[in-house]
Amino acid sequence: MSARVPVLQAGLRLMSRDLRLAMRRAGDWLQPLVFFLVVTTLFPLALNPELSRLRDVAPGALWVAGLLSSLLALELLFREDSLDGSLEQLAISGVPFAWLLWAKTVAHWLLTGLPLVLVAPLAATALGAPAAAIPGVLAALLLGSLALSQLGAIGAALTLGLRRSGVLQAVIVLPLAVPVLIFGARATALAIAGEPIAPPLYLLGALVVLGVTLAPLAAAAAVRISLE
Amino acid sequence: MTTPSRPPHLAGHDLHLWRGDRAVFSGIGFEVAAGVCLQVTGPNGAGKTSLLRALCGLLPLERGRVQWRGAEVHADLGAFHAELAYLGHDIGLKSDLTAVENLYYEVGLRRRVDRAAATAALEQVGLGPAMHQDIRHMSAGQKRRVAFARVLLCACPLWILDEPTSNLDAAGQALIGTLLAAHLRAGGVAVVATHQALPLPAESLRSLVLG
Repeated sequence: MSARVPVLQAGLRLMSRDLRLAMRRAGDWLQPLVFFLVVTTLFPLALNPELSRLRDVAPGALWVAGLLSSLLALELLFREDSLDGSLEQLAISGVPFAWLLWAKTVAHWLLTGLPLVLVAPLAATALGAPAAAIPGVLAALLLGSLALSQLGAIGAALTLGLRRSGVLQAVIVLPLAVPVLIFGARATALAIAGEPIAPPLYLLGALVVLGVTLAPLAAAAAVRISLE
Repeated sequence: MTTPSRPPHLAGHDLHLWRGDRAVFSGIGFEVAAGVCLQVTGPNGAGKTSLLRALCGLLPLERGRVQWRGAEVHADLGAFHAELAYLGHDIGLKSDLTAVENLYYEVGLRRRVDRAAATAALEQVGLGPAMHQDIRHMSAGQKRRVAFARVLLCACPLWILDEPTSNLDAAGQALIGTLLAAHLRAGGVAVVATHQALPLPAESLRSLVLG
């Protein structure tokens, strides 16, 4: 029998599988991104388009839209693998299950979180953010989207066994996401106001570290229960 | 992988499984040594699939011990899973990938495989040129063959197969029998839930009737 694959390589193999699958189904993955763009563009249309007013609501609009878009994307994380039995095969592959789920979550972030960060300058500009604020907005969204995808993995895993999981998923994830929302929106507001944004960014970074270390374990436990 | 000290041997002692307040089975016991296949039969709903999933460690047992090579499987599930190939009801193939890609990605988590090895395994199950089709364009029987090719490619000493011949034509059923016999001759262990008679010599077949 040939040697077992190193766990790192196993994770990368799973990530490349998910990325390849996503390429075949680009429509699925673009929807949350388009949702984010549409919602952020609606704000200037619905509100008084005066620049100072828009700048006041920009952080909130960006972050609430980002949060809701990440919730929409959760459906794509584990559900299909659960339905076709792939998740079961992953659970008995002999590779640490939490690690494989983490790899899936990272692939999911590359497909839904990162694109959102990349279009954020557009959305932020539409909401009246000055060009000087864009790097700060990007940094905050980068960290925030990482934290949200980890939290989302827990919510998606907990609701796997349920038929209509969307609302329950939101009810589970949204309260957990409150700290991310608070510090993310704060960092964005400070960036738009041209003030130093390090403190909220540090806290966001701490949330990312916490999520990256603990969320895969929680998600793995939850998925195992759903497989029973 | 370190060379296992003991020969392949799967045993279950006094297995009890409950679903809610209903006992699916209780007091089940068996032993299968290298080169032997345990055929699990029983009426629908007797708990064949549950037993197989419990052996894989996917379902928690109420009571009882499962031993592989003489050691408790729950002591090191990772090591046990590395030696286990499971074919379940849900075949676990991605419908948007071709058969070759499916094997390449999935078995690639367990051991080093390249596309040539995946192709060879698919040829063994008689899939032919269909192996470059997306899974979703395949018939149920073809999907079953791909799933069986995955079991072959895993090169694991323990096979746990749930209705491996369902949806297969006569040639396919015979093929599975041949491949299973070859696995046993090579010193493998198999647990198979099926109603079909397995074309195996009597000395390498044990029977477990549930329900």
